[in-house]
Formats: sequence, structure tokens, C-alpha cells
Amino acid sequence: MLGIYDALIAPFTEFEFMRRALAGVIALALGGAPIGVFLMLRRMSLVGDAMAHAILPGAAIGFLISGLNLFAMTFGGLIAGFAVAILAGIVARITELKEDASLAAFYLVSLALGVTIVSIKGTNIDLLHVLFGNILAMDDQTLLVIAFNATVTLIVLAVIYRPLVIECVDPVFLRTVSRAGAPAHLAFLALVVINLVNGFHALGTLLAVGLMILPASIAKFWSRDITGMICIAVAGAIVSGYAGLVLSFQTKVPSGPAIILVTAVLYVLSILFGKVGGLIRMMFPGKHLEA
Amino acid sequence: MAAQLQFRDVTLGYDRHPAVHHLDGEIAPGALIAVVGPNGAGKSTLFRGILGILKPLAGSIGLGDLDVRDIAYLPQTVDIDRSFPISVFDFVGTGLWRSTGLFGGTGKGARDRIARALAAVGLNGFENRGIGTLSGGQIQRMLFARVLLQDGRVIVLDEPFNAIDARTSADLLALVRHWHNEKRTVLAALHDMDLVRANFPDTLLLARTPVAWGATAEVLTAENLLEARRMCEAFDDSAAACAVDAIPSQAA
Repeated sequence: MLGIYDALIAPFTEFEFMRRALAGVIALALGGAPIGVFLMLRRMSLVGDAMAHAILPGAAIGFLISGLNLFAMTFGGLIAGFAVAILAGIVARITELKEDASLAAFYLVSLALGVTIVSIKGTNIDLLHVLFGNILAMDDQTLLVIAFNATVTLIVLAVIYRPLVIECVDPVFLRTVSRAGAPAHLAFLALVVINLVNGFHALGTLLAVGLMILPASIAKFWSRDITGMICIAVAGAIVSGYAGLVLSFQTKVPSGPAIILVTAVLYVLSILFGKVGGLIRMMFPGKHLEA
Repeated sequence: MAAQLQFRDVTLGYDRHPAVHHLDGEIAPGALIAVVGPNGAGKSTLFRGILGILKPLAGSIGLGDLDVRDIAYLPQTVDIDRSFPISVFDFVGTGLWRSTGLFGGTGKGARDRIARALAAVGLNGFENRGIGTLSGGQIQRMLFARVLLQDGRVIVLDEPFNAIDARTSADLLALVRHWHNEKRTVLAALHDMDLVRANFPDTLLLARTPVAWGATAEVLTAENLLEARRMCEAFDDSAAACAVDAIPSQAA
């Protein structure tokens, strides 16, 4: 018994940084996982990934101006993310280029720019911090920012939930009953950026999107209903966050990759055993019904 | 009675090529009008023009005191993401958008209305099914239920009975008659001339240019239908600017 307590609970009762990390991961899960579900349902999973790279130069400029200062980096990341999202949207609207292609162009440029800027001033350690984050080194300020962003996310998501859902299912219908479609889409993109910047502190640019998309993919295998999906995605993200922190504490695996690897394990299990379209369920569907 | 919809020399089209050419006319409130014509005659384009999805190339469409949101629209090819995890009940419930908006709750009254709409199209028992599990005809019934809830003063149906079995189309046609009795304006693009003759008092025969518009019996004559069939479907890439449009601009 004591062994289990030592392994699973003691790290959090003994070390404040572990408690803070856990709180941060829970906040990230609450905000990011529902966004991930919508990204998946809107077929925008890779857009999330692209945006994650796009915020890098902004954060890097913030870093260049004021070092590892949280507000500067967050602010810079938000500006860069919005700029890329809006520019890609504009290019897609006024030229023949589709939105995915123009986004790909913008994010590649952003990534190159960001890495260049960081390496001008910082060391390789700084670059590693920006790319992979460090959830174990969060201070109270960072934690508050993450919690604040998660709260904003949930409130805004509640406001735009209906138009967002209807626009996914039947965009023409939404256009004929309401003008809320375009503002809702923009607000949603903003939420994507905010949550990426959020995840950025804990997991870094490259893995931030993992805690959004992987739980959503997991949820898809367990629920046919969007409310259920969101709940399962949030739960999955929180469980992975906790287990990842424990894993990282006990084995010296870096915390960010540890969290995402646990999510990946859950993902593989879901593919195999999922109730909705899981492999085993599909291979042994049971006898057909009467009606 | 004042006209509800007015077409003032409307030309609608794509890339400057007209798909509906110089349409003039009015639709009175409560009219039940069939829009017929060969494929490519501009029926859907006309509807998209009425909805404001497509801007006229020339002329204008007057909606009077109607707001676009007073028009319930059933497109021909509905762009529904059928893999989206939403139940039939919730999907049909989106038809109540005007009363619920972003936040309005769906109370007991609203849920009853949704249930009645589903019953009216014969989809009771389907409430909790995902929309991805419905057949084509059932999807069409579901869309009719949503139109029913939209409570539009004008209802625009684009080929609503395509690929629908006889029983379903009879059920849905009964709904159309019901809307007509409620004094709503109904426009429907149709191909089944017998169905049009039996149910629609007025008809617009369209073949890019309007061929005839009026009482169904006078419009659907052999000569008119022949003329409509003669319409050339393909756009002429080297077509000159339309002379009818050019005259007033030269005069000006």
C-alpha cells in the first residue's frame, strides 16, 4: 500500500512544483480538450498543428525583448498566431489557394523565423525550453495565466457553441438563419491560438497541440455524441496529465513528452478497444439484431 | 394584394454568364408556385438569388418587408456533414434558431414542437438516432421537419422530391399543402409535371429566360415545354455582352 502511495500521491503532497504542474495540466485539459474536439470535427486537426508553429516567432520576439518573461511571450504568441490565421484566411478568400496550402506556407515561414530569432539571442537551452516547454518549472504567475486562459476559453466556447455546431453540420443553413457563422469561426480560431499559447508554457510549441488533438481522437472512439466526446476528451486529458507527471517524476522522462506519451497509450488502447469503431469491436461485432 | 417577392429584370449567373436571364414578375403572399424547367434552367440559381446567397448580375430582387431569415430554404444538394455526432432531435431543433438564437433554452414547449415536427414527417422514434444512420429519404424527411420548425413566411424547396419514394413524397406533399393552407408562400422546383398539375395553382417555366409564368394549365402547354427544351445548356465562352443590358447604358 505504502508503495502505491509513494508512487502515485506522495510526489504531489511533498513537492509544491508537482502540485502546481498538476493544477496547470488540469487547467490545460479543461480548456484545450473541448477545442481539440471541435478541431477534429471541423477536420482542422492539422490546422492546430500548423498554428502551434505559427505562434513561435511572436513568442520568440517576446523572448528577445524581455527574456523568459511570460506575459511578453504570451502576448507575442497571440499576435503572431492571429496574424498567421488572418493572413492565411485572407489569402485563401481572395486567391485560388486553398486555406490549408496558404496556412502551410505561413507556418513554415513562421517556424523558421521563430527559431532564427531565438538563436540570435538565446542559448540552446532557451530554444529547448521554447520548443518543448517545462511544466515542472511553472511559477504562480504562469499558473494564473493558464487558469485565466482556460476560463476565458470555456466562457467563449459556451457563447459560440451553437453556431459552431451548426456550421459544422450544415453551413448553408446557418448562413440563411444567422450571421453568426463568420464571427463564431474567428472566435474559434482565437481560442485555438489562446490554448496553444497556453500549452506552450507547459509542453512547448511542438507538443502543445498534443493535449488538444489526442484526447479528442480518444473521445471519438468512446462516444457518438458531441457532449459525451467533450467530457471524455477532458477526462482523458486530465488522466494523461496526471499519469504523465507521475511517470516523469519517477523515471526522469521529460514531463511534456511523458504526458503526451501517456495520451498516446490511451489513444492506442482506444483504437483497439473503443466502443465506437474500435478494432476489436469491428472484428467481433456480435450477432446481428432482430430489428 | 401587395407583392411579397419582386423580380425586377433580374439576371443571375456565374462569371458573367447568365443562368437566369431577365426575369420580371411578382409573387403574392400565400402563392403556391412550381418552378419547372430542364436541368441547368436556373431553378436553383433563382432560389439562391432569393436567399441572397448569390448577388444578381443585373436587376434586383425585392423582398418587401421580408427578412432573409423569414425564408425557410431546403437546398437541392444539402451540404450536411453526416458524420457529425448530432442526434436527429438536436438537428431538427436547429430549425428553432429564430426563437432560441445563441442561448435561448429549449424548454418543454420547444421540445414538444420538435417532437410534433418529427411526428408530422413520420420520424417519431428517430429522436436519439445520429443523423449519420438515416437513409436518403429519411434525411429529406428530417430536413422537412426542420423547415416546419423554421416557421418561415416564405418556403423555398429545391427539388424536394428527388430520389424519394412514392409514400414519402405523398407525405411531404401533404405538408406543402398544409403550408399553403396556412397562407405561407411556397416555391418548389419540380420535375414531375403530373404532380405540378395536380397540386400547384401557379407555375414558372424557366429555361434560363423565363418561358411562361402564370396559371399552371396555361403554362405547361406542349409548345411551352418544347420551347423550354430547346434551351442551350452550355455557356458560350465567346458570348458578347448582353444587348438588352447594353441599350440603357448607351442611352445614358
